[in-house]
Amino acid sequence: MDLYEYQARDLFEKHNVPVLQGAVATTPEQARDAAAKMGTKVVVKAQVKVGGRGKAGGVKLAVDPADTFEKASAILGMDIKGHTVHKVMIAQAAPIIDEYYVSILLDRSNRTFLVMASVAGGMEIEEVAHTAPEKLAKVPVSAVEGISLAKAKEIVAQAKFPADVADQVADVLVKLWETFQSEDATLVEVNPLVKTEDGRVVALDGKVTLDENADFRQPDHEALVDHDTANALEAAAKEKGLNYVKLDNGQVGIIGNGAGLVMSTLDVVAYAGEKFGGMRPANFLDIGGGASAQVMADGLSIILGDPDVKSVFVNVFGGITACDAVANGIVQALELLGPKATKPIVVRLDGNNVLEGRAILNAANHPLVEQAETMDGAASRAAELAAK
Amino acid sequence: MSIFINSSSKVIVQGMTGSEGTKHTRRMLASGTKVVGGVTPGKGGQVVDIDGTSLPVFNTVAEAMAATGANVSVVFVPPKFAKAAVIDAIDATMPLVVVITEGIPVHDSAFFYAYSLQKGTTQIIGPNCPGLISPDQSNVGIIPADITKRGPIGLVSKSGTLTYQMMYELRDIGFSTAVGIGGDPVIGTTHIDCLRAFQDDPETTAIVMIGEIGGDAEERAAAFISEYVTKPVVGYVAGFTAPEGKTMGHAGAIVSGSSGTAQAKKDALEAAGVKVGQTPSETAQLMRDVLGR
Repeated sequence: MDLYEYQARDLFEKHNVPVLQGAVATTPEQARDAAAKMGTKVVVKAQVKVGGRGKAGGVKLAVDPADTFEKASAILGMDIKGHTVHKVMIAQAAPIIDEYYVSILLDRSNRTFLVMASVAGGMEIEEVAHTAPEKLAKVPVSAVEGISLAKAKEIVAQAKFPADVADQVADVLVKLWETFQSEDATLVEVNPLVKTEDGRVVALDGKVTLDENADFRQPDHEALVDHDTANALEAAAKEKGLNYVKLDNGQVGIIGNGAGLVMSTLDVVAYAGEKFGGMRPANFLDIGGGASAQVMADGLSIILGDPDVKSVFVNVFGGITACDAVANGIVQALELLGPKATKPIVVRLDGNNVLEGRAILNAANHPLVEQAETMDGAASRAAELAAK
Repeated sequence: MSIFINSSSKVIVQGMTGSEGTKHTRRMLASGTKVVGGVTPGKGGQVVDIDGTSLPVFNTVAEAMAATGANVSVVFVPPKFAKAAVIDAIDATMPLVVVITEGIPVHDSAFFYAYSLQKGTTQIIGPNCPGLISPDQSNVGIIPADITKRGPIGLVSKSGTLTYQMMYELRDIGFSTAVGIGGDPVIGTTHIDCLRAFQDDPETTAIVMIGEIGGDAEERAAAFISEYVTKPVVGYVAGFTAPEGKTMGHAGAIVSGSSGTAQAKKDALEAAGVKVGQTPSETAQLMRDVLGR
């Protein structure tokens, strides 16, 4: 889960990473009041989970509370690369002398953690890595060892931070590691980390990504979930514990078991759909190993409730799950749904107890259901039905 | 021959007394795997009867190894306790630890992977994987044993169900070993580890490699194939239609910006001379062409 900047700021503050005052506002009035409370010039910053908001006009300096009201009015509701701005952060403005970059992230390629640090902050770090790689220090951090003060000093030296800020930056790194580890983050990034006029080192803007697998031991993270901008179908699926992702511009609803097989199903449908006017998959839905009638009914009801969906493809390989259990699940799901089931459903079953499974669906003889023997054949038929 | 496990592998089950552990211990035993005991802290000394096989339960992996001579452990404990279980196995210098558990926080898997490197005596497979099977010899994890038989194909995959699908498509030919390496961002055994082992395994004559979006493991595997693998490799990559920034089921299956895309992986594999199928069936057909069967 990616956090908003203001949420990242709050997490930093909780772990004693130096930050400036900041508050979040959803209305111009709240923005004005926050600025009045700070009593300084402020920066009004659009809260969107996408880069390039500065260029899009989503970051503006405000000289006083009245100006803050004006700037917040202009930014709230703005569209930045398809993201509507629902919140702004009111951040204390500070005179900046220098801008740096630091981050800690999961390095998948090397299966370890990685610190990146640079004295060339403020711009996109990919650009620094590309144009001036010598200015970007990359230091692996073992998950067993973590970042001690000594390790932090080593990183600071390698990145060639100026002597007058070296100790402060090392301290920031230790505290960022504490944030990274104790919050189960996969990314904490500070860009820019700044030196202010009075010589302090402060995290001015941050990005944090949290690991949802750790939710069981991070009870506070639930409050960080952004329910407002979630897709309604995705929210409904999540409530039922389903692993569902809505896809744009699709017509074929997909249900399958196992993440890899479902991803593959989407691809095979898009491939087959080329022959039928460009039919595409409308969603990802992995019902996992169990595939009980209830799970199947929940999945079908989400997918049939998607107005984009014109046909449904149920693709199950019975590994541990037996196909007869899946077939019974489909039959019972259609009974549960009754008249709410209105779209044609192509079912491909294979693997464990496949003959029994197919026989159950044949016997049920539901008018919406037809079977196909192969995955490719089923994808083609589902695309054809969607195009009708 | 086969890779990683064979008919003499002796397996203990960490979490055997839990429902998943018991269910899959039964399945492993039924497929002829030498399961010799289980580990559940606090339940040491109990004996569990599974379909007529009496299996002793130990408090630690070290005790289980000392008493049974086990050389493989398979982990079915819930995410919350998985880190402790894997560390217990590493401390006992268990040679192979197969972590089936899905949903382990990545800080925990990064920790136990780093810890295994420090100790240098344990290979981890997974987490979030179906395990591995050398058909008719040994089955460690949850892969159905009745899909196919022993044969010349080696298979390595991030995905469980695609592993089953591919084994099913090629069931008349058979497999030396099929390894599900898992869909998490940090895994103990990679495509490369399996490719190397298959290349060195005399029973394996051709290799199927299944990848999916996220990370750069497939690109690295492609580079490795160019320099090391002389046996024919066919490939499949899932996730061409996955949108950027969305996790597709597996915690590691995510396209970030322009990196981790299926197209980049397919291109890298093809540049290394790997024939890549557009669907699982087409991939199976490519394997048939390679083997002339």
